[in-house]
Order: sequence, then structure tokens, then C-alpha cells
Amino acid sequence: MKYINKGDKPTKKGFGEGLAKAGEKHSNLICLGTDITSSVGMNYFSEKFPERFFSLGIAEQNAIGVAAGFALAGKVPVFSTYGVFAAMRVTDQIRVSVCYNNLHVVIGGAHAGISVGPDGATHQALEDIAVMRVLPNMTVLSPCDATQTKLMTIAAIEKVKGPVYVRFGREAVPDFTDSNQEFEIGKGQLLKDGNDVSIISTGHLTWEALHAAYQLEKEGISARVINIHTIKPIDEHIIVKAARETGAIITAEEHQVYGGFGSAVAEVVVRNFPVLMDFIGMNDSFGESGKPEELMQKYGMTAASVIEKVKKMLSL
Amino acid sequence: MDQLKKLAKDIRIDIIKSLSEAGSGHTGGSLGITDIFTVLYFNVLNHDPGNPEWEDRDRVILSIGHVAPVLYSTLAHAGYFPKEELKTLRKLGSRLQGHPGKEHGLPGIELSAGSLGQGLSVSVGVAISAKMDNKNRRVYSIHGDGELQEGAIWEAAMSAAHYKLNNLTAVVDRNCVQIDGKTSDVMELEPLADKWKSFGWNVIRCNGHDHTALIKAFKDAKAFKDKPSVIIAKTIMGKGVKEIEDDYRWHGKAPTKEEAERFIKEIIKK
Repeated sequence: MKYINKGDKPTKKGFGEGLAKAGEKHSNLICLGTDITSSVGMNYFSEKFPERFFSLGIAEQNAIGVAAGFALAGKVPVFSTYGVFAAMRVTDQIRVSVCYNNLHVVIGGAHAGISVGPDGATHQALEDIAVMRVLPNMTVLSPCDATQTKLMTIAAIEKVKGPVYVRFGREAVPDFTDSNQEFEIGKGQLLKDGNDVSIISTGHLTWEALHAAYQLEKEGISARVINIHTIKPIDEHIIVKAARETGAIITAEEHQVYGGFGSAVAEVVVRNFPVLMDFIGMNDSFGESGKPEELMQKYGMTAASVIEKVKKMLSL
Repeated sequence: MDQLKKLAKDIRIDIIKSLSEAGSGHTGGSLGITDIFTVLYFNVLNHDPGNPEWEDRDRVILSIGHVAPVLYSTLAHAGYFPKEELKTLRKLGSRLQGHPGKEHGLPGIELSAGSLGQGLSVSVGVAISAKMDNKNRRVYSIHGDGELQEGAIWEAAMSAAHYKLNNLTAVVDRNCVQIDGKTSDVMELEPLADKWKSFGWNVIRCNGHDHTALIKAFKDAKAFKDKPSVIIAKTIMGKGVKEIEDDYRWHGKAPTKEEAERFIKEIIKK
């Protein structure tokens, strides 16, 4: 089957809808705001369940600790702010108060990636995957579109037992996965089969990967596309299978290449079935201001960049 | 009252024994805050050592994980686990980690902690939860004075007042010393009571070694209806052993076997 865009939709909307939906069923679900409640999509919950929403001001270090306290007392708290703050301003609090206590705190990393655009480097979370995935007990989720973000947000609340980081973006991006999709935390999704090369991607770039593969097909190159929505624990089976069967892997993420998703895939590949790999993502630099599509192009995170890397790799 | 005094002595002795056995750890702070722990666990707290997970128990959130020896010694004396286990402090495979770590399974630990400035926020979450669930349980949040230099403490203080958490009592172990020296030299905290007041807290000051005064302070905090309360308890680091009292060098040092014997003799004699 070929995936089509049902219409552009921001993944943060999927996060908000997921919270509102889960709130109906789970009376112990709590949301914590740090002054950017609507901006991260949490208003869907706060308007519906004002008695379970707590405003904590511009004080993230406190908010994540309060979340830990709620979780200690048996609630399921959701703390969300821009990924730069959610993952990095409060890393020590997450490490000790949340992860070392193995508490079920849902951390929403909003405005992930360079596609945040004009706000510039301070607000573009490009290191959060690396920082979150290194923490013991942490689950790291990185859904590919709004529909999947909604499903994963609900799963983060219902299925995960410990700390969980959900990563999503601000811009409206193609919404292409099915709301009845088969999906399980920790299981990668084969979106398109292929034998010449595997494009393993996460987040917004999965759409770009798919489009690159469709284009390559026309040129006689058979590319497999795998969407990894759970970066930790990662689906080793689907990655090793791709390495064995296609012999070449390109990863794609809207994040630093160092330590990020591509590194996570490489850790699996080198231990099990080493093949040639290449990485699409930020190459050890900060972002800058610009329109999202301009930035994606400049920093090489589009379908065109995927095609270029595939051709280069196959010509080696 | 005599019983509390006796308990405080025994808890101090076991702190010294366990630290000397471990060969490292925080002696000064643990001895200095012993009277507060004794009063809290043996007079104030609504808890059941036989049922550490009892839902309606009061919660003690120890923010200053480095005084773990006093927590362990107090919990053992309260009956949470055998006193024999105190000598495993800081050893491989022990449930008594250098800083409290819940995943090692010691009963009575509410929070794994050790990175300063985080506990008050956790206490705020626990206290709001109790209110949401209409539970009467109280939250006791234990802090050092040097720890108050962490900015996150004041974020948490602001939020506790904002949500009028009268079920929260914070205790500040005001011993005026920290690792580098006197708090007034390292980073001035005064006027400390004014700071808490201006952040919307009810402030109670007392002598942190006077059991009667501590009992009254905890009672007054519980009785105060509109705001969270903080007890600024004036203490002497290393209390009970003259040669180490108020000596900041004993913040993070454990006694040798000989020192331990001498210290214990002194405590018994008093």
C-alpha cells in the first residue's frame, strides 16, 4: 500500500488529543503547565479537566519534581514544555527524582527538531533524544505524525510503567498513518518493503523517507522504509533483519547525528550484523532562524537528501 | 521525654558505628539532625513500621540524601528493618546505599535522593495529591540550610504557597555550615526567615536539639491552616560529640574505629 497525506497536522495536536482522550478514562491523570500550556497542546486537557491541571509557572525544575511527587502518590502526571527545556534544563531532576525512583512520569518534549523554524537555535531541540535515551529506566517515543502521536501519548499513559519521554513537533506535517494502525511500544513498523537499502527513520522524517523511497522505486532502486517510533527500547529484530536483507542502512532523524537515533540503530547493527550505514540529521551544529522548509532543506533533512545519500551509498 | 532522649542517644551511637564500619559518609549532618529525626519518627509521624506501604501514612521526603545514616538508624530503631543491617552501610549489595536508593528495597524510604534542591518539589506533588484525594496525611520535607542555595528550592517554595499546602511542613536543619565552610562565607542565607515569609510560608523557629520545642513546633505547623509551614531548626553539626561539633571538616568524613569508640563513650556518658 502507498501512504497518502490525509492533511497536514501538527504532532503536538496529536499529543493534546491523546491527553484529552486518556483523561476521560483515567481519573488519576494530571497535567502540569509551565506557562506554555496551549503551545505544547496541553490545553485540550486543561480545558476539559481544569481540576486536574496545575499551573506551575515558568519553573521547570520545580515542575518535574512536582510531577515526581504526584507519581509517588499514585497519580500519572504529564509534564510538557519545549523539548530543549523538558529534556535538558531539568536533566538532573529527571535523572534522580524521576528515573532513579523509576516513577511513571510522562514527559512531553514539544517543538522538537529544527522545524520549529524562526525561533532559532535556543528553541530547536536537537539533542533531546541523545540525552533522554541514555537515562536508565527511560522509555523514548518519537511518533511520525499526529495520528501516531495521539496513539503513543495514550500508550505512554496506559502501557508504560516507568518514566517516558514523548517527542513531537510544532509545525503542521503530513498526517498519513491510520488511526487503526497496528502498533506496539518497542515494535518498529515496516512501511514499505525493499531489498536494495533500508531507510530507518523516526519522527517527522518518516514521511520524507517514504517519499524518497517512492521516488527511488521509479528509478529502479528498491528501498525499504522502517518507522521507529520507540527509540528506547529499540526494536532490534526489525533492524537486524533489515541489515541482513538489504545490506545497507540510512537513518533519518530531526536531531543531532551524534548520540541520537542513528547512533541507537548503529549500536544494534554493529553488534549483530555490521553493514554500511549513513546518517541523516544535524551534523554537530546549532540551527538558526528561517522557515521550517528552508531549514530542512539547508540542513539536509528532506526526501531529496535521503535520495542523494541512498544513491551515493549504492554507488560505493 | 526521657525515652526520646534515650532513643536519640542510641540512634547517634548507631550512626557512628555504621559510618565507622563504612569508612566514609556524612557524620556531622547526621548527628546534627538526629534530634529532629527522633522527634519526627517517635512522636510526630503517623506511620506503621510493620506496614511501610500503608496508604494513609505521613510521608517523609528527605531531600538531603547525604544524611542517609540518620535516616537508616532511625528507621532501624523504629522497627522498619533489623538494626544488624546498619553495618552494611555503603557496602556492595547493601540496601543501605550511600544516598537513599529505593530500588535496593530498604523499607521506609520514600524517595531516592541525593542531588540537592529537589525534595521540596517532590513534597509539593505529594501534598497536592493528598488534598486531591481528601486524605489527611501530612508531608514532612527535610532540608539542609546549604541546600537552600539551590534556586529550585525557591521555585518549589513559591508553588507550595500558591497551592496553600497547609499539609506540608518543611524542616530546615540550620546548622550554618556546609562543605566549604560557614554558610555565611560560602553564600549568605540570611535573612532566612524573612525569605520564607516573603514566599508565603508560615515560619516557626526553634532549637533543633530541644525535644519539647520540636514537638511544639511540629504541632504548631500542623495547626496552621492557610499556608505551608517551615520549621527553621537551629542545630549544631556533629551534636553529641564535642570534638567535632560545629567543625565543617566533619561534614563528609567518617570516624576511624578509635574515634568511633571515643565518640560513643562520650555519648553514653552524657
